[in-house]
Amino acid sequence: MTSLRVQGGFFLARKGTKGCSRSKGRSWTPWPWSGPLRRIAHEIVERNRGTQQVVLVGIRTRGVPLAQRLHRHLQQIEPHPVPVGAIDITLYRDDLRLQKNRPVHATSLPCPLDGKHVVLVDDVLYTGRSIRAAMDALTDFGRPQTIQLAVLIDRGHRELPIRADYVGKNVPTARNEQVRVLLREVDGEDAVLLVAGEPVPRTQGDA
Amino acid sequence: MTAIDFRGRDLLGMAELSAAEIRYLLDAVPPFKEVSQRDIKKVPTLRGKTIVNLFFEPSTRTRTSFEIAGKRMSADVINVSVATSSLSKGESLRDMADNLAAMQVDLLVVRHQVAGVPHMLARYLSIPVINAGDGAHEHPTQALLDLFTIEERLGSLRDKTVLLVGDIANSRVARSNIFAMRKLGMRVRVCGPRTMLPPGLERLGVEVSSDFDEAIQDADVVMMLRIQRERHGEVLFPSPQEYAERYCLTAERLRRAKAEVLVLHPGPINRGLEIAPEVADGLASAILQQVTNGVAVRMALLYLILGGS
Repeated sequence: MTSLRVQGGFFLARKGTKGCSRSKGRSWTPWPWSGPLRRIAHEIVERNRGTQQVVLVGIRTRGVPLAQRLHRHLQQIEPHPVPVGAIDITLYRDDLRLQKNRPVHATSLPCPLDGKHVVLVDDVLYTGRSIRAAMDALTDFGRPQTIQLAVLIDRGHRELPIRADYVGKNVPTARNEQVRVLLREVDGEDAVLLVAGEPVPRTQGDA
Repeated sequence: MTAIDFRGRDLLGMAELSAAEIRYLLDAVPPFKEVSQRDIKKVPTLRGKTIVNLFFEPSTRTRTSFEIAGKRMSADVINVSVATSSLSKGESLRDMADNLAAMQVDLLVVRHQVAGVPHMLARYLSIPVINAGDGAHEHPTQALLDLFTIEERLGSLRDKTVLLVGDIANSRVARSNIFAMRKLGMRVRVCGPRTMLPPGLERLGVEVSSDFDEAIQDADVVMMLRIQRERHGEVLFPSPQEYAERYCLTAERLRRAKAEVLVLHPGPINRGLEIAPEVADGLASAILQQVTNGVAVRMALLYLILGGS
């Protein structure tokens, strides 16, 4: 059974499990991204009193294009250019022992982080373990004044004392559901996918 | 085709690897090079893993490189050198390996003057073994760092011509490189005195020459090999002066090569014997870049073998 959920302007497709006659068809709907990202950009400007000391750091894979989109929204509010970086957390993960090798990708930070307000950007906030790893990685590059967290979707089920400062959308989920964010830059289209049941293999990145 | 996975595997030689596996290893390296460029050159990935460097031959570069690589990945690295080991009390290699394994070591890096020792230990032990040079047989991590350096400087490997010069017969660096370069579609030419060229090189798809001035002309890479005086049981050339006369890479010889030629040497270098100081320190030389890349290559390898379960 496939059903479409519409929540406050966000279109989320809920894809059926076993026995679904349409399981081969793609049953999600494009999500109007710009709204929540624009709001988050305003919140970043307000909280940091401008963007002078702000650095955006996307978590690979899908946090990176999201950080770049956020950067474009910030530019429309404050012309001051905000540095954008990318961080790969593979070498800092706590679950390396549990799974097969992940390819490691480049970490590139545009400037020293000492004294900056670093906004980590990721697509989905779930257990909080990726964010823990990202914070460990960031502190190896310097001592930011603050580390803040912006996510497109907070799906709950935290396993660590971590919360987001900026949330595009809270989406209540069950643990056995999968939340997938697809981005044009990586996946060829923008969509949020809510899949019930078994984990679906994915080529790169993780929630 | 199954996915390439190095977890728990040995790395004994380039002869055993497929072109796709070599490609996979090379592609894994760049992020680890970036770690070495940070202020804090350490990631927590291999916390709790123990690596033993077991070196039966003198080595500064390779042993230090493995040690630094392990430590940058947060593994504990222990160096055992033969002079201070219990082998000098008459213990057999096998008993020594048993004892190391009984201490829950996670990986063994072995260098030995006899070809095949790392292979023997790898068969015998359940933990992964990396060959850091066995006799005149193989030195796979050196070949990987050479290939990585060539690709970094020249942009690609395929169809590039590499000239290896010197004591080919006694060189494990040459053997590992020849195996790997042929698999990756590079042209390999070797040059040296006839006494230093083993028979059967053509079967490996290698061009053989004894005229350095001619062989260098269209080479993209010139890899000079060290004259290993300690390995020569017999005299392979009349005198160092005569060898240098014909096979030393001088600035004058280098001018015969392509303008953008790359000069490599696995080290340690004998200045004035196989390479002139002004060439070793010149713009075409990537000798120190090789050393830098060696650490990154070994970090990547340790990650791929010891990372994951």
